[in-house]
Formats: sequence, structure tokens, C-alpha cells
Amino acid sequence: MTWETVIGLEVHTQLATKTKIFSGASTQFGAEPNTQACAIDLAMPGTLPVLNEEALRMAVMFGLAIDADIGKISAFERKNYFYPDLPKGYQTTQLEKPIVLGGHVDIELADGSTKTIRIHHAHLEEDAGKSLHEDFHGMSGIDLNRAGTPLIEIVSEPDMNNADEALAFAKKLHGIVTSLNICDGIMAQGSMRFDVNVSVRQKGDELGTRTETKNLNSFRFMERAIKKEVERQIDLIEDGGKVLQETRLYDGDTDTARSMRSKEEANDYRYFPCPDLLPIEIDQAYIDAIKASLPELPEARHQRFMEQYQLSSYDAGVLGDDAATANFFETAVDHCGDAKLAANWVTGELAAKLNSQEMQIQQSPVSAEQLAALIKRISDNTVSNKMAREVFEAMWQGDGEGGNDPDAIIKARGLKQVSDSGAIETLVDEVIANSAKQVDNYRSADESKRPKMLGYFVGQIMKASKGQANPQQVNEILLTKLKELL
Amino acid sequence: MHNKTLAELRTGLNNGDFSSVELTGHFLDRIKTLDKNYNSFISVTEEFALTQARQCDERLAAGDAPNLCGLPITHKDIFCTEGIRTSCGSRMLDNFVPPYNATVVENFAAAGMVVLGKTNMDEFAMGSSNETSYYGPVKNPWHSNCVPGGSSGGSAAAIAARLAPVATATDTGGSIRQPAALCGITGLKPTYGRVSRWGMIAFASSLDQGGPMARNAEDAAMLLNVMAGFDAKDSTSVERDVPDYTATLNQNIAGLTVGIPKEYFNEGLNPATEQAVRHALGELENQGAKLKEISLPHSHLSVPAYYVIAPAEASANLSRFDGARYGYRCKEPVDLHDMYMRSRAEGFGDEVKRRILVGAYCLSAGYYDAYYNKAMQVRRLIKNDFDNAFNEVDIIAGPTCPNPAFEFGAKGDNPVAMYLEDIYTIAANLAGLPAMSLPCGFIDNKPVGLQLIGNYFEEARMLNVAHRYQQSSDWHQRAPGIE
Repeated sequence: MTWETVIGLEVHTQLATKTKIFSGASTQFGAEPNTQACAIDLAMPGTLPVLNEEALRMAVMFGLAIDADIGKISAFERKNYFYPDLPKGYQTTQLEKPIVLGGHVDIELADGSTKTIRIHHAHLEEDAGKSLHEDFHGMSGIDLNRAGTPLIEIVSEPDMNNADEALAFAKKLHGIVTSLNICDGIMAQGSMRFDVNVSVRQKGDELGTRTETKNLNSFRFMERAIKKEVERQIDLIEDGGKVLQETRLYDGDTDTARSMRSKEEANDYRYFPCPDLLPIEIDQAYIDAIKASLPELPEARHQRFMEQYQLSSYDAGVLGDDAATANFFETAVDHCGDAKLAANWVTGELAAKLNSQEMQIQQSPVSAEQLAALIKRISDNTVSNKMAREVFEAMWQGDGEGGNDPDAIIKARGLKQVSDSGAIETLVDEVIANSAKQVDNYRSADESKRPKMLGYFVGQIMKASKGQANPQQVNEILLTKLKELL
Repeated sequence: MHNKTLAELRTGLNNGDFSSVELTGHFLDRIKTLDKNYNSFISVTEEFALTQARQCDERLAAGDAPNLCGLPITHKDIFCTEGIRTSCGSRMLDNFVPPYNATVVENFAAAGMVVLGKTNMDEFAMGSSNETSYYGPVKNPWHSNCVPGGSSGGSAAAIAARLAPVATATDTGGSIRQPAALCGITGLKPTYGRVSRWGMIAFASSLDQGGPMARNAEDAAMLLNVMAGFDAKDSTSVERDVPDYTATLNQNIAGLTVGIPKEYFNEGLNPATEQAVRHALGELENQGAKLKEISLPHSHLSVPAYYVIAPAEASANLSRFDGARYGYRCKEPVDLHDMYMRSRAEGFGDEVKRRILVGAYCLSAGYYDAYYNKAMQVRRLIKNDFDNAFNEVDIIAGPTCPNPAFEFGAKGDNPVAMYLEDIYTIAANLAGLPAMSLPCGFIDNKPVGLQLIGNYFEEARMLNVAHRYQQSSDWHQRAPGIE
């Protein structure tokens, strides 16, 4: 049987406003619990919401970036349900008249082709607080610092057919909102959270029953949760069962999912227009002004990186799609002047390190300036690439002598590369003198075999130099010397 | 002193006839000795009042006193007062001390007024008789076995009994005008958006509006000067200049066209009330106003529409009272659900629960269109009725309520009969129009109210008409048979 998967995403994106969507409290992450919750966030009696215009502006920016229509009249509604981290007993959100209507995000597939993912709408709403179930001796703690943080919920059409496409879509969205500077994009702090709607069907059939897996807070969890759910649904149907419409929870730590509530148990949210907030009227001049000031978007940057830095399309994509990566790369280039090396290091050593630690580039312990300082030492031949990797490792750890400063580390470890050609010549001469047999073999060998035989000599020379000889110079001098012996 | 109007008291203070401490002390003494008969106060802030009064006397002496410096006022216990318990007439908030002032409270503090206390009210302003208060019913100073009206019954009774010269109040569906009528005082509900709702505990946000209660139109105008104005903390407040409402009180009303809605003189109207109201209208005519019969054809739909919209909004507004962060929490909840269920079951009274249930029902999936949406459509029709009427007339006049004060328990087991007491007042809330009630006669020593409804932001015209009427009548000067 040929199964087809159908996936739609709802992406909760925290907007990078300084204050909350309906109050003046700070949105800064990581403060002591309940220190950034004012009377409005606590839903004290008599308090009233006032819309943060900055949140509105950011939502409009997003709409314009994805070619959407901006709702000329958009309105807030109350979504009613009881939960301790929802102080008012309702969430102020948008339903009938969202701020962003339609639009699309184009993703690149593995075969190099492009696929358009349509956006149904995106709406403004407030985030809830957090319930903390550990460390309270059987009770629950409530932290309302996050309550009232502005979100846009971006709702896609069910246009994705596998986890890879969903992942590409999510990453593309991440790139767009970070490029617009309307979201800090830090996944570990919940800045982007995904709900995935998944169904499967036989090719050509009607849509299957879908399930919704909620609140996935990393790309990896989202990818795994989708794969797991697709597998579960197919197994279920192939075993003669039926998929039930339900909301599911995925636990990334154990890589397991479970049903949270069935369709029958779903809340009746009793939405109705929020009488405390008047509908927002947006005029064309406001939209035009925002449109004129939109920053560079990932696709444009991708092109620019190819032209400006002579990068391959692949590298330009890796470096240009995500705003934080692009900033890091360009800052590094500004400081070291070598785009090629900077690209290699950011997409190579740094990316590998970040991946292995599941970190985002914003969290890198090595800053762009520090990496640039290291790259400069490669360019000026102070250290070899190999040494540089060792220095980078030390910078990453940051706890040894020299901290994150490459020059201090190079000095402390005595890693300076020997680029004094006189000194290298002496070493080469010594090794050749001590390797009569290998030299004989080299001379008698066929021309085509000779390059392979160089490794022995290089190894010996590097060893003699305690790894500090500039490998390029070693190669050059060695070849000249051997040629003389032919 | 207690028989003087606010304007007279201001003159007395400014002339040095008495000090603010003496004035404040006088009213505090009256409250102490007499309010056991009326139960119009939930909290009396004696110490706070006297401290304020002393400061006012210093400012008066120093000559840097604001406009209403040293004059006493009392706030309906729906307005948040910093450091002073604000109960909203409910067990739910019996222990609630706000850390902030309502904008209205703040404005009166800035004007130098002295806060005597917080007045009794129907629980969460839900009621027309003050019988739903957790703190017990308020008694009508004119008849101790009768209700004072509601929900601002405490403020109305306190003024009628001369326990306070003026008071703040709120009106969601007649809650200023109906008790003003039943207690024989003057009360005004401003245009929706004229007075900030910040710090005023919400019942139905699209209908709630704070306003003044006083002995006469002049005092009400003085208070409205302080209350009205834009507030950035309330998104529904309107950015628009505030006129001096006292400046136009005396304008000639000759030539003014007064609309008389025929639907307000239907079979539900007590004939004695009608007689008093017609008599008052005749007086306006005497002063040169033209009376013109008009029709507000959707009037009969205002009570049903209101009793969908107001409970719907209330059902959400009152969700925050969950026992989690402030207010009443049941003893030893076993889990979250139990905490919610019992805190709300024990913290709210019956009428509040009834309205939350009705509201939640009207908003439920499958009923929303039939109830909430339909009610919102009716609301639009009612507004259109008024818009049409104001194309022909300058102001609308009629009865405030169909009947004078009724006895306690008279409508206790019949919520619909109670709701019908608001039949003439509710439409102004649905349309967002300003409206006021002023005394225009008595039935068996029970006051009768004349209602004026103005066009949007035409509070000044209403106050003008009311003041002119009060220049040629003395109903507003009568006091119940008390000391």
C-alpha cells in the first residue's frame, strides 16, 4: 500500500517586544518567577488591557514578509477556559478577524525543487504563564512572567507530506521571523513552539482523520513526533484500527507520545469578541510604511551571499536562511576579512559543535569576533588548520588558560606554527638525511606513485617540529629538495 | 451641614464657615449613628478620611487647594481603592485590598475630595434591589421596608439619608438611574467611554459606565467635571475634550425639542408614575421646550438583549475569581478542580451564579448564533432607533422606572419581574448613550424619577435641562423623615 502523509503546522511565535501585549510588564526571559507580572498580567479586578502597538507592527511585518493580506479590521476575542496559568480565565486571541490572512512560505526540497506551503492565517494573541509541577511537594507552582507575552500563531494549510518538509517549513519560518527581528528565535526559551496536525491516507483518497500533537519546542522533537505519529497511524490502520481525532502530547525526553484528550472531551471555548479592546483599523499608509522598511529576508540574503562572498548556493543557504547565523557569519567576515574561511568555519567546526550540543548559534560560547580572531591567525599562518581546531576546542570550553581569546590560548599552549623557512629547511634536510631507504624508493618509483609517498616525509618533519611547522611550507620545501635529488 | 449641597459646602469651606475636619467629622458621626438603619456602607474609612481632611485644611489655608478640596465623597465599593478593601459586594472579594486606585478614585483624590468610605451594592453590580449584596440589603431611607434600588443602592441611600453629600456609582443596565429614582436623588450615567473604567470591577465591559450621584444636577455636574476624560489605561475610553459641565447649567431651554417615546408610556407603567412624569414634562414645556412624541420601536427587545449580552460578558469577566491569586479560596481544596468548584460555589451568591450560567450558555457552541449574535443584532437596532430619534429631537425624556420602590422580597423569587424594573433604563446602556434620573414627584411618600436620555457626549445638555427643571421644582430638596 502507498501511504501519503498530510501535515499542517500551527506555530506559536513569541514576538520580541520589550513589553507584553496588553501591559507594560517586561518580557525578558529568565527572571525570578512572578517578578515580571503586573496587576494586568495577574488579572487583578478592574484592570484593563491596552494593545501594545509594537506587537501589532510586528505581526503586520510578518504578514507582508509572506505575501499575505493584512486584515484592515482585525479584532480580539476571548477564548474561555480555566487553568491556573491563565489568570483571567480566558485567553485574549483572534478568531474571526485575524491580522494576517493567507500568504505563503516556499521551501527547498532535497531534490533542489521548491514547494509552496500556503499559510491559512496568522493571529495575535497572548501567551499563558507556566505551571511548574516539580519542587512543590505535590502542589503546583505558577509563574506568570510569561503570561501576556505577545505571540503570533501562524497556521499553515495542510500542504506538507513528510517530516522533512515540515522541518524545512519550520526552519524557513524561523529564518523569516528572525530576519524580521520580530522573534529572537531561541527555541530553548520557547520562542517558537509547534503544534502538528498529522493524518495519513491512501494516495488519492479523502483526507484521513487527523491528530494534533501539541507544544513541540524544538525542531528535532517536532521531526521525531511527526515520524512517530505517522508510523503509529499507519500501523493502527494496517492492523484494522481507526485513527481517532484527538490531541496528543509528545515527550521529547522519552521519545514517547500519548493521548491527552479526545474530540469528545474537547473544550467549548465560548469565543466572543473582547469588549475591552476595540477592533483595530489599519490603513494602507500604515501598511505601506512598514512595507518600505522591511529588513532583508532570507531569500534575498541567500542571493546576496552568493554574489557578495562567492559562496555556493548550499553554503549561502546554510549561512543566509537563519538570521542569527547570517549575522554571526557577517560579523566574523567583517572582523577577519576572509569570507571563504569564515564560511568554512561557521558551517563546519562551529555548526558541528552546536549540533552536538543541541545549541543555537545565539548560545555559542565562541562569539563571531572571537572566531574571526582565530581565523586571522590561520590567514597569517600563525597556526595551521589543525592547530586552529585545537584552539577552537579550547575557546569553546573557555575554562582553560586564555578563556575564549585565541591569541592567549595559542601563547599558553605554545602552538605557534613554524613558518621560518630556514628552520623548516633544516628539518627537511635532517629527515631526508635520516631516511636513505625511503629516498631511494622515492627516486626509483614511478612518477605517478610519488605524491603518495610524500606522506611519510611530511609526517616525520611534522613530528620533528612537534607539529608546529607550517604544513604548506613543509610540502613546498620538501618537494623542492626531493626534486633536487632526482 | 448635611442638608447643604456640594456647591454650598464648597462655599462654606472656602469662606471658612467650617473646616474640612469639621465637615468630614460631621458626616462620619452621622454614618456612625445612623447607618445601622440603612446599611449603606460596607466600609467606613474614618482615619483615612480625617487624615485627608487635615491635609485639605492645610491646603485651603495655604491657598493652593484644588477645586473640590476638603469636600467629602463616598465611592461605590466597585471602584478599587489603594489600601482599602474593595469587595464589590461579594464574599469573593471580602478580603481583597487593591494595590491601586481606579482612575475615577484617583481623579477625585487629585481634586482634593475626602473619602468617607465604600458604599454597599448588589453583588458584582448584579441586581436592581441591593438584595444580592453579601453585606446584606440596603434600606430605602424613605421607607425602611423598601429596597433602595440597585445596584448602586448604597450610594443612593447614603445621599438620600444625608450620610454623604455625593457619591460615585456605576450603571450597566440602570444601576445609577434606578436607585437614584427610588431614593429621590440625581444620578447620571455618562456616554460609554466618557469616564474611565480602569479599576472599576467589570460586570459587563461593553455596558459598564461610572457616573456621579448627587442631590441635584449642579452637584452632579461638578463631579462629572472631575470624572470625565480620556484615560490611556482604558482602550474604550474616548479621547475628546471635556466641557465644563457647570458652565451651561443655566442655559435657556426654550426651543429645545424633547422626545417622548411612546413605548415608555405603555401598560407596564404605573399610572401614578406616569402622572408625575407627565407633570414634569409639562414644566419643561412651560419653560419653552417643545414636546414631541417619538417611537423607539425596538424598546421591548432591550431587556431580553441585555440579559444575553450582559451575562455573556460577565461569564468571562468573572472567570478570574478562581481562588488562585486573590479573593476567596475554599478551605482545604483536595485538588485544582475542587478549588475552582468550591471557591466559586462558596464565594459567589445565587444571582451572580445565575448570570454566569446564563452567559456561558448563551456563548456555548450551537447557541451562540441564536443568543449572543441575535442579541448583538438587536443591540444595533436599538442604537438605530435612538439615532433616528435624535435626528428629530434634542433630548429624550420619560420615566426612569415603571414603579416606585418595592418591598424587600417582593420580586425575590421572580428574576424576570426584577429584570423588568430596568425596562426603561437598559436601552441607554445598549446604545451607549448618556442618561440621567432626577426626582419629579412622590407616590405615597416614595420618590419618582424622571429620566433624560441625551445624544452621545451631550451630558451638558441633559444637565442643563435637569438644572432648569430643578430651578422650578423642589422634589430634589425633599429629605426623608430623618434627623
